[in-house]
Amino acid sequence: MALQDKYKELIDAATAAPVVNLQVREQDGVLYIDGESSGAVKQQLWDMYGKLDPDYAAGDLMLNINSVAGISEGAKLKVTTNKTNLNIRSGPGTDNSIVGKAARHEVVTLVRKENDQWWWIKTDDGEEGYSFTQYLTPVE
Amino acid sequence: MKRSLKLSLVLVASLLVLGITSCKKKLKDADIQSAIEKVLTADADMKGTMVTVKDGVVTLSGVCKDEACKTKCEEAVKKIEGVSSIVNNCTVAPPEVVVPPVADALGQAIADAVKDFPSVKTQLTDGVLTLTGEIEKASLQKLMMGLNALKSMGLKKIESNGLTRK
Repeated sequence: MALQDKYKELIDAATAAPVVNLQVREQDGVLYIDGESSGAVKQQLWDMYGKLDPDYAAGDLMLNINSVAGISEGAKLKVTTNKTNLNIRSGPGTDNSIVGKAARHEVVTLVRKENDQWWWIKTDDGEEGYSFTQYLTPVE
Repeated sequence: MKRSLKLSLVLVASLLVLGITSCKKKLKDADIQSAIEKVLTADADMKGTMVTVKDGVVTLSGVCKDEACKTKCEEAVKKIEGVSSIVNNCTVAPPEVVVPPVADALGQAIADAVKDFPSVKTQLTDGVLTLTGEIEKASLQKLMMGLNALKSMGLKKIESNGLTRK
Protein backbone atom coordinates (compact mmCIF):
# COMPACT_ATOMS: atom_id res chain seq x y z
CA MET A 1 0.00 0.00 0.00
CA ALA A 2 2.93 2.29 0.78
CA LEU A 3 3.94 2.35 -2.88
CA GLN A 4 0.45 3.32 -3.97
CA ASP A 5 0.76 6.27 -1.58
CA LYS A 6 4.18 7.23 -2.92
CA TYR A 7 2.91 7.21 -6.49
CA LYS A 8 -0.63 8.39 -5.71
CA GLU A 9 -0.28 11.50 -7.85
CA LEU A 10 0.81 9.36 -10.80
CA ILE A 11 -2.01 6.85 -10.36
CA ASP A 12 -4.55 9.68 -10.12
CA ALA A 13 -3.14 11.32 -13.26
CA ALA A 14 -3.28 8.02 -15.15
CA THR A 15 -6.87 7.49 -14.07
CA ALA A 16 -7.84 11.00 -15.16
CA ALA A 17 -5.79 11.07 -18.40
CA PRO A 18 -7.41 8.66 -19.35
CA VAL A 19 -5.25 5.60 -19.69
CA VAL A 20 -7.12 2.74 -21.34
CA ASN A 21 -7.02 -0.71 -19.68
CA LEU A 22 -5.31 0.82 -16.67
CA GLN A 23 -4.05 -1.75 -14.19
CA VAL A 24 -2.36 -0.93 -10.90
CA ARG A 25 -0.89 -3.86 -8.98
CA GLU A 26 1.66 -4.21 -6.22
CA GLN A 27 3.78 -7.34 -5.91
CA ASP A 28 7.06 -8.18 -4.16
CA GLY A 29 7.89 -4.56 -3.45
CA VAL A 30 7.23 -3.35 -6.98
CA LEU A 31 4.26 -1.32 -8.16
CA TYR A 32 3.11 -2.22 -11.66
CA ILE A 33 1.16 0.33 -13.67
CA ASP A 34 0.06 -0.87 -17.09
CA GLY A 35 -2.14 0.68 -19.72
CA GLU A 36 -2.44 2.33 -23.09
CA SER A 37 -2.47 6.03 -23.85
CA SER A 38 -1.39 8.65 -26.35
CA GLY A 39 2.27 9.58 -26.58
CA ALA A 40 1.58 12.92 -24.88
CA VAL A 41 -0.04 11.29 -21.86
CA LYS A 42 2.80 8.80 -21.62
CA GLN A 43 5.30 11.66 -21.61
CA GLN A 44 3.33 13.50 -18.93
CA LEU A 45 3.22 10.38 -16.71
CA TRP A 46 6.93 9.76 -17.17
CA ASP A 47 7.79 13.33 -16.21
CA MET A 48 5.68 12.88 -13.09
CA TYR A 49 7.43 9.57 -12.33
CA GLY A 50 10.80 11.34 -12.55
CA LYS A 51 9.60 13.93 -10.07
CA LEU A 52 8.25 11.42 -7.53
CA ASP A 53 11.30 9.17 -7.85
CA PRO A 54 14.25 11.32 -8.95
CA ASP A 55 16.44 9.54 -11.53
CA TYR A 56 14.07 6.53 -11.48
CA ALA A 57 16.48 5.06 -8.95
CA ALA A 58 14.26 3.31 -6.40
CA GLY A 59 13.39 0.36 -8.64
CA ASP A 60 9.94 0.11 -7.07
CA LEU A 61 7.81 1.05 -10.09
CA MET A 62 7.38 -0.49 -13.52
CA LEU A 63 5.52 2.07 -15.60
CA ASN A 64 4.41 0.23 -18.71
CA ILE A 65 2.36 2.74 -20.66
CA ASN A 66 1.94 1.61 -24.24
CA SER A 67 1.50 4.58 -26.52
CA VAL A 68 1.83 2.52 -29.68
CA ALA A 69 -1.02 0.00 -29.19
CA GLY A 70 -3.62 2.23 -30.79
CA ILE A 71 -1.58 3.08 -33.89
CA SER A 72 -2.88 1.33 -36.97
CA GLU A 73 -1.23 0.30 -40.21
CA GLY A 74 -0.78 3.12 -42.69
CA ALA A 75 -0.21 5.66 -39.91
CA LYS A 76 2.43 8.35 -40.41
CA LEU A 77 5.32 8.26 -37.95
CA LYS A 78 7.99 10.80 -37.22
CA VAL A 79 11.53 9.66 -36.57
CA THR A 80 12.35 10.91 -33.07
CA THR A 81 15.91 9.81 -32.50
CA ASN A 82 18.09 11.96 -30.26
CA LYS A 83 20.65 12.99 -32.86
CA THR A 84 21.30 10.16 -35.30
CA ASN A 85 19.46 8.60 -38.20
CA LEU A 86 17.13 5.69 -37.54
CA ASN A 87 18.30 2.28 -38.66
CA ILE A 88 16.03 0.18 -40.85
CA ARG A 89 16.82 -3.50 -40.41
CA SER A 90 16.18 -6.79 -42.17
CA GLY A 91 14.61 -8.35 -39.08
CA PRO A 92 13.10 -7.43 -35.70
CA GLY A 93 16.22 -7.07 -33.52
CA THR A 94 19.48 -5.18 -33.49
CA ASP A 95 21.24 -8.43 -34.42
CA ASN A 96 19.77 -8.07 -37.91
CA SER A 97 21.60 -6.22 -40.64
CA ILE A 98 20.91 -2.59 -41.48
CA VAL A 99 19.19 -2.27 -44.84
CA GLY A 100 18.43 1.44 -44.78
CA LYS A 101 18.25 4.66 -42.78
CA ALA A 102 15.58 7.20 -42.02
CA ALA A 103 16.70 10.72 -41.19
CA ARG A 104 15.90 12.36 -37.89
CA HIS A 105 12.44 14.02 -38.07
CA GLU A 106 11.67 12.32 -41.37
CA VAL A 107 8.07 11.08 -41.64
CA VAL A 108 7.65 7.39 -42.48
CA THR A 109 4.68 5.04 -42.86
CA LEU A 110 3.78 2.12 -40.63
CA VAL A 111 3.30 -0.97 -42.76
CA ARG A 112 2.98 -3.74 -40.19
CA LYS A 113 3.59 -4.31 -36.48
CA GLU A 114 5.87 -7.21 -35.55
CA ASN A 115 5.52 -6.48 -31.83
CA ASP A 116 5.52 -3.43 -29.57
CA GLN A 117 9.27 -2.98 -30.06
CA TRP A 118 9.63 -3.52 -33.81
CA TRP A 119 7.57 -2.23 -36.69
CA TRP A 120 7.92 -2.67 -40.43
CA ILE A 121 8.08 0.81 -41.88
CA LYS A 122 8.46 2.37 -45.31
CA THR A 123 10.10 5.67 -46.15
CA ASP A 124 8.90 7.99 -48.90
CA ASP A 125 12.00 6.95 -50.85
CA GLY A 126 10.74 3.37 -50.79
CA GLU A 127 13.18 2.02 -48.21
CA GLU A 128 11.53 -0.68 -46.13
CA GLY A 129 12.32 -2.76 -43.08
CA TYR A 130 12.10 -3.09 -39.32
CA SER A 131 12.68 -0.14 -37.00
CA PHE A 132 12.67 0.24 -33.24
CA THR A 133 9.38 1.79 -32.08
CA GLN A 134 11.09 3.73 -29.31
CA TYR A 135 12.25 6.20 -31.95
CA LEU A 136 8.97 6.47 -33.83
CA THR A 137 6.31 8.94 -32.75
CA PRO A 138 2.90 9.05 -34.39
CA VAL A 139 2.17 12.29 -36.23
CA GLU A 140 -0.85 13.58 -34.35
CA MET B 1 -6.65 -102.73 -50.37
CA LYS B 2 -6.71 -102.98 -46.61
CA ARG B 3 -3.23 -101.67 -46.48
CA SER B 4 -3.94 -98.72 -48.67
CA LEU B 5 -7.00 -97.84 -46.55
CA LYS B 6 -4.84 -97.91 -43.45
CA LEU B 7 -2.33 -95.72 -45.19
CA SER B 8 -4.90 -93.20 -46.25
CA LEU B 9 -6.34 -93.14 -42.74
CA VAL B 10 -2.93 -92.35 -41.38
CA LEU B 11 -2.54 -89.68 -44.01
CA VAL B 12 -5.89 -88.12 -43.16
CA ALA B 13 -5.10 -88.28 -39.47
CA SER B 14 -1.73 -86.68 -39.87
CA LEU B 15 -3.21 -84.01 -42.09
CA LEU B 16 -5.82 -83.32 -39.44
CA VAL B 17 -3.19 -83.10 -36.74
CA LEU B 18 -1.11 -80.78 -38.88
CA GLY B 19 -4.11 -78.68 -39.69
CA ILE B 20 -5.12 -78.42 -36.05
CA THR B 21 -1.65 -77.53 -34.85
CA SER B 22 -1.15 -74.88 -37.51
CA CYS B 23 -4.57 -73.48 -36.73
CA LYS B 24 -3.81 -73.53 -33.02
CA LYS B 25 -0.52 -71.73 -33.61
CA LYS B 26 -2.18 -68.94 -35.56
CA LEU B 27 -4.70 -68.37 -32.81
CA LYS B 28 -1.97 -68.36 -30.28
CA ASP B 29 -0.05 -65.55 -32.03
CA ALA B 30 -3.18 -63.47 -32.05
CA ASP B 31 -3.77 -64.27 -28.40
CA ILE B 32 -0.22 -63.33 -27.50
CA GLN B 33 -0.55 -60.12 -29.43
CA SER B 34 -3.73 -59.09 -27.67
CA ALA B 35 -2.25 -60.04 -24.29
CA ILE B 36 0.77 -57.85 -25.03
CA GLU B 37 -1.31 -54.99 -26.29
CA LYS B 38 -3.40 -55.14 -23.14
CA VAL B 39 -0.28 -54.78 -20.98
CA LEU B 40 1.25 -52.02 -23.12
CA THR B 41 -1.83 -49.86 -23.46
CA ALA B 42 -2.39 -49.97 -19.70
CA ASP B 43 0.88 -48.07 -19.17
CA ALA B 44 1.18 -44.46 -20.27
CA ASP B 45 4.89 -44.86 -21.07
CA MET B 46 4.44 -47.89 -23.30
CA LYS B 47 1.15 -46.95 -24.93
CA GLY B 48 2.67 -45.94 -28.25
CA THR B 49 4.53 -49.20 -28.83
CA MET B 50 3.40 -51.34 -31.76
CA VAL B 51 3.45 -55.14 -31.65
CA THR B 52 3.50 -57.94 -34.17
CA VAL B 53 3.73 -61.63 -33.28
CA LYS B 54 4.76 -64.46 -35.56
CA ASP B 55 5.29 -67.98 -34.27
CA GLY B 56 5.77 -66.64 -30.76
CA VAL B 57 8.42 -64.17 -31.87
CA VAL B 58 7.38 -60.69 -30.82
CA THR B 59 8.52 -57.65 -32.73
CA LEU B 60 8.21 -54.32 -30.96
CA SER B 61 8.34 -51.07 -32.87
CA GLY B 62 7.50 -47.42 -32.39
CA VAL B 63 9.14 -44.54 -30.57
CA CYS B 64 9.99 -44.75 -26.87
CA LYS B 65 10.65 -41.60 -24.90
CA ASP B 66 13.94 -42.94 -23.54
CA GLU B 67 16.18 -46.02 -23.24
CA ALA B 68 14.63 -47.00 -19.89
CA CYS B 69 11.20 -47.05 -21.43
CA LYS B 70 12.44 -49.26 -24.26
CA THR B 71 13.82 -51.77 -21.73
CA LYS B 72 10.64 -51.55 -19.70
CA CYS B 73 8.58 -52.57 -22.75
CA GLU B 74 10.82 -55.53 -23.38
CA GLU B 75 10.72 -56.70 -19.75
CA ALA B 76 6.96 -56.43 -19.64
CA VAL B 77 6.53 -58.41 -22.86
CA LYS B 78 9.00 -61.11 -21.79
CA LYS B 79 6.72 -62.06 -18.89
CA ILE B 80 3.76 -62.78 -21.12
CA GLU B 81 3.01 -66.43 -21.72
CA GLY B 82 3.76 -67.82 -25.15
CA VAL B 83 6.44 -65.28 -26.02
CA SER B 84 9.48 -67.16 -27.24
CA SER B 85 11.70 -64.25 -28.13
CA ILE B 86 11.58 -60.49 -28.66
CA VAL B 87 12.91 -58.33 -31.42
CA ASN B 88 12.98 -54.83 -29.99
CA ASN B 89 12.96 -52.40 -32.89
CA CYS B 90 11.79 -49.47 -30.79
CA THR B 91 13.65 -46.26 -31.39
CA VAL B 92 14.39 -43.75 -28.68
CA ALA B 93 13.07 -40.23 -29.24
CA PRO B 94 15.76 -37.54 -29.28
CA PRO B 95 15.79 -35.66 -25.97
CA GLU B 96 13.45 -32.73 -25.93
CA VAL B 97 15.38 -29.53 -26.24
CA VAL B 98 14.12 -27.14 -23.61
CA VAL B 99 14.43 -23.65 -25.00
CA PRO B 100 13.35 -20.78 -22.82
CA PRO B 101 12.13 -18.56 -25.66
CA VAL B 102 10.71 -15.89 -23.37
CA ALA B 103 14.02 -15.34 -21.58
CA ASP B 104 15.88 -15.20 -24.90
CA ALA B 105 13.39 -12.79 -26.40
CA LEU B 106 13.62 -10.63 -23.30
CA GLY B 107 17.42 -10.71 -23.36
CA GLN B 108 17.40 -9.61 -26.99
CA ALA B 109 14.83 -6.91 -26.31
CA ILE B 110 16.98 -5.55 -23.47
CA ALA B 111 20.00 -5.52 -25.76
CA ASP B 112 17.94 -3.61 -28.32
CA ALA B 113 16.72 -1.08 -25.75
CA VAL B 114 20.20 -0.25 -24.42
CA LYS B 115 21.98 -0.42 -27.76
CA ASP B 116 22.13 3.35 -28.11
CA PHE B 117 23.55 3.73 -24.60
CA PRO B 118 26.78 1.77 -24.90
CA SER B 119 28.12 2.85 -21.50
CA VAL B 120 25.19 1.10 -19.78
CA LYS B 121 25.83 -2.48 -18.70
CA THR B 122 23.01 -4.95 -18.09
CA GLN B 123 22.61 -8.16 -16.14
CA LEU B 124 19.34 -10.11 -16.20
CA THR B 125 18.66 -12.61 -13.40
CA ASP B 126 15.24 -14.22 -12.83
CA GLY B 127 13.41 -11.36 -14.48
CA VAL B 128 15.30 -8.70 -12.51
CA LEU B 129 17.45 -6.39 -14.58
CA THR B 130 20.45 -4.78 -12.94
CA LEU B 131 21.90 -1.70 -14.60
CA THR B 132 25.46 -0.54 -14.04
CA GLY B 133 27.86 1.73 -15.87
CA GLU B 134 26.87 5.29 -16.63
CA ILE B 135 24.35 7.34 -18.56
CA GLU B 136 23.72 10.98 -19.32
CA LYS B 137 20.82 12.34 -17.31
CA ALA B 138 19.20 13.61 -20.50
CA SER B 139 19.01 10.07 -21.87
CA LEU B 140 17.86 8.41 -18.68
CA GLN B 141 14.14 8.81 -19.30
CA LYS B 142 14.35 7.39 -22.81
CA LEU B 143 16.30 4.38 -21.55
CA MET B 144 13.88 3.75 -18.70
CA MET B 145 10.81 4.10 -20.96
CA GLY B 146 12.22 1.47 -23.29
CA LEU B 147 13.07 -0.90 -20.47
CA ASN B 148 9.80 -0.44 -18.55
CA ALA B 149 7.88 -1.43 -21.68
CA LEU B 150 9.58 -4.83 -21.50
CA LYS B 151 7.39 -5.69 -18.55
CA SER B 152 5.06 -7.13 -21.21
CA MET B 153 7.85 -9.57 -22.07
CA GLY B 154 8.38 -10.74 -18.50
CA LEU B 155 10.68 -8.13 -16.98
CA LYS B 156 9.80 -7.81 -13.28
CA LYS B 157 12.08 -5.20 -11.80
CA ILE B 158 14.87 -2.80 -12.70
CA GLU B 159 17.68 -2.21 -10.19
CA SER B 160 19.60 0.91 -11.17
CA ASN B 161 21.41 1.87 -7.96
CA GLY B 162 24.70 0.95 -9.57
CA LEU B 163 24.08 3.16 -12.59
CA THR B 164 25.90 6.48 -12.51
CA ARG B 165 23.88 9.46 -13.78
CA LYS B 166 26.15 12.09 -15.30
